[in-house]
Amino acid sequence: MDILMILAEAARSAVGPVAAIYALAAVGLNLHFGYTGLLNFGQVGFMLVGAYGVGISVAVFDLPVLVGFLVGLGCALVLALLLGIPTLRLRADYLAITTIAAAEVLRLVYRAGFAEPVTNGVYGLQNLSSGFREVNPFDAGGRYGFGAMTFTGNQMWLMTVTWGLVALFAVFTWMLIHSPWGRVIKGVREDEDAVRSLGKNVFAYKMQALVLGGLIGALAGAMLAVHQGAIQPDQFKPQVTFFLWVILLLGGAGRVFGPIIGSMAFWFLMNFTDGFLKGLGREGLLPFLEGPDYGAIQLAFVGLLLVLLIVFRPQGLIGDRKEMLINVK
Amino acid sequence: MRTRLVTVLLALITAFLVIPGAAATADEQGGEALHGQITQPDDRDLGVEGIEITVFEGDDEIEAAATDSDGNWEVVLPGPGDYRAVVDQESIPSEYEVRETVLLVGGEAEVTVEADERRPLIVALDEAGTAAEEPEESESPAEGDGAAEEDEEAAADDEALEVEGVSGGFGDRFAQLTAAGLLFGLVIAVSAIGLSLIFGTTQIINFSHGDMVTFGAMMALLFSTGAAGMGNSLLAIFAGLGVAILLGAFMENRLGRTLLIVLQWTAVFGGIALATLLGVLGDAVEWQVPLWSAAAIAVVMGAVLGGTMERYLWRPLRKRNVALIQMFIVSIGVALVLRHVLLVLFGANRTRYAGFQVQELVHLGPVSMPPRDLVIIAVAIVVLVLVACLLQFTRIGKAMRAVSDNRDLAESSGIDVDRVTMYVWLLGGGLASLGGVLFGLNQVVDYEMGFRLLLLMFAAVILGGLGTAYGAMVGGLAVGLVAMLSTLWFPAQLMNAWALALMILMLLLRPQGLLGSRERVG
Repeated sequence: MDILMILAEAARSAVGPVAAIYALAAVGLNLHFGYTGLLNFGQVGFMLVGAYGVGISVAVFDLPVLVGFLVGLGCALVLALLLGIPTLRLRADYLAITTIAAAEVLRLVYRAGFAEPVTNGVYGLQNLSSGFREVNPFDAGGRYGFGAMTFTGNQMWLMTVTWGLVALFAVFTWMLIHSPWGRVIKGVREDEDAVRSLGKNVFAYKMQALVLGGLIGALAGAMLAVHQGAIQPDQFKPQVTFFLWVILLLGGAGRVFGPIIGSMAFWFLMNFTDGFLKGLGREGLLPFLEGPDYGAIQLAFVGLLLVLLIVFRPQGLIGDRKEMLINVK
Repeated sequence: MRTRLVTVLLALITAFLVIPGAAATADEQGGEALHGQITQPDDRDLGVEGIEITVFEGDDEIEAAATDSDGNWEVVLPGPGDYRAVVDQESIPSEYEVRETVLLVGGEAEVTVEADERRPLIVALDEAGTAAEEPEESESPAEGDGAAEEDEEAAADDEALEVEGVSGGFGDRFAQLTAAGLLFGLVIAVSAIGLSLIFGTTQIINFSHGDMVTFGAMMALLFSTGAAGMGNSLLAIFAGLGVAILLGAFMENRLGRTLLIVLQWTAVFGGIALATLLGVLGDAVEWQVPLWSAAAIAVVMGAVLGGTMERYLWRPLRKRNVALIQMFIVSIGVALVLRHVLLVLFGANRTRYAGFQVQELVHLGPVSMPPRDLVIIAVAIVVLVLVACLLQFTRIGKAMRAVSDNRDLAESSGIDVDRVTMYVWLLGGGLASLGGVLFGLNQVVDYEMGFRLLLLMFAAVILGGLGTAYGAMVGGLAVGLVAMLSTLWFPAQLMNAWALALMILMLLLRPQGLLGSRERVG
């Protein structure tokens, strides 16, 4: 087993396209949970509508990919409003259950038989990335980077755009949080009644935060669609939301760089454990486990990480402990 | 601390930026390939074996591959470029045909593969002759409705529960589905009481409750099909934990603190040691019990699991004053751990309890059911009545309701809140296990069954009112009936969606639930 090779591969995935996409979705979630205190456990639902906005526009209606992005964002806007109007008045834990339920309902609807003419049911849609790759300034067949960090031209293009969006929204978040609007939503997180007593419309602020974070999530979903070139409804299971939560809590909620650091660290750890387990398996050190078990062990590890993080380091890698000690109501 | 961590992380990443020669790994590990999975149209979990797929570049054949027993196939390509994949029509079993899509015309697909891409190619099968049947449906709408229902059920996949073959007029189907809904609702109610009581007493939304359901079903499966090394080991560990919990619950005031802790840890480690021994012995100690006693073992183990989580996880967290939201996230972590440990131990197969699959239907008026379903209904009703009696008439039941109603007031009235909470977890864990056995008997046992049930349990407890045991019963029945009866008019795949929609509607109209009191919702 070549431990250096495994570490190098893990480091490569920490800056790769998937880490970028999850970082983007986690930036949206950070706006929900980190700053506004909304327990959104349905972020994957926003990713799903974003991805299918691109997928259906491109694969079924032959529209340009940019229109697909706009459709995805429009769907996310509608979803956020539909989700927010009934649930934002409720206590936080109700919001969590409702959002996870709504995301599951969405997935069930998108994979159902009657939606098959548009969504192609459980098989999903494919051939989605050609429009995006046509405007690729990099040489599609070429290799970029150095040492362990080598990516193809298409990956480079996607990474440039996605990390660019991450940076854009990180700056955007920073500016928002340091504006009067940001102070109000942080106030909502700390004490809703106090903010209400100042004459602010708490519901409207929560709704704005939900919509903004949801749009960022949908953008991440759309990038996922063009990255993979094919999407299936079953890749938008609640696990994705749990990954996003681990990323957010690992990096530090309520910090601009939290989700970015979190995503890189998370995918580094995921790929490292994967490579390490496979390496041990090849050496014959894990005789009682079979190949498919490694994935399960990895997910159990994610769960354990979530528990340990909350118990021992609720502020994550770069968070502020004082900010995470509040009890969201 | 923070800066140090970040520095270490960054240093680690930059260190591996400069390792030379690693670029070759991508080619060794990845390379270009086409792959996919071909599954049966009526059950997407079962693959079709022996379908041949040949890949051409221009007119040159590159490689051919045949699907294995799971329906997986993969063709390794020499490099990026345009390829033509051809599905061999001869190798497809005669009952199926390839579904035509935009990409796949006449069994041929043109694909472009990028560098380093392992590209999936979707090849879907349909039942042969489905295209020909469609006109018939439009000709006779009355019949066609039923046929479409059947078709959809055939296409219904792992997400939708199985609805017993329902036929006949609307009245018959209504009666049949009401019975099925009653059964489903009772199963949900049995599983959800614990969820509701746990929320009532500790304010924790226990996300791992669904996986406790899976745990019960898996344990019953293990002990009814023959427990060897693994079963014995699990039993030994849980016996040790059980003794430790019981010591804590009953002997707390009679033994010295040090002695108690020593005894508890002796029990736990004794259990682990015994487990190791039995695990090493393996198949030498093999035994098997009928399903009902396996279910009893599973219920006891489920109770111990609940108690263990309370004693060694939630109580310390409460003592540390961890906020409720954080506890909620911890329970998600516990759920992930539990689910995937079960997955590693038992595999991802879908199994059924042996000996109860094919049964003669019993006809009761318009409703016909296999005897196993009647037993499920009877067991569930008896258990629900017993739980209601427990809550209504016994001291501990009254204490549970009191703590559930107002924890602080109960504590100041002299109720030992920690002990009541422990009982609630024991009861909740046991009932969740029982629910799992009943659910597995009616449907199939697999590692995600509990998670699928979890959202419906949430719907049930929210519908009935969070924190009230009777609310969970009423809500469970309502959710079960809505889910099943929705298949009268809507596709079976969406039955869970309707139940969840009902929950969202309830939150809009009466957020405290049917039986909840107003002040619970802030």
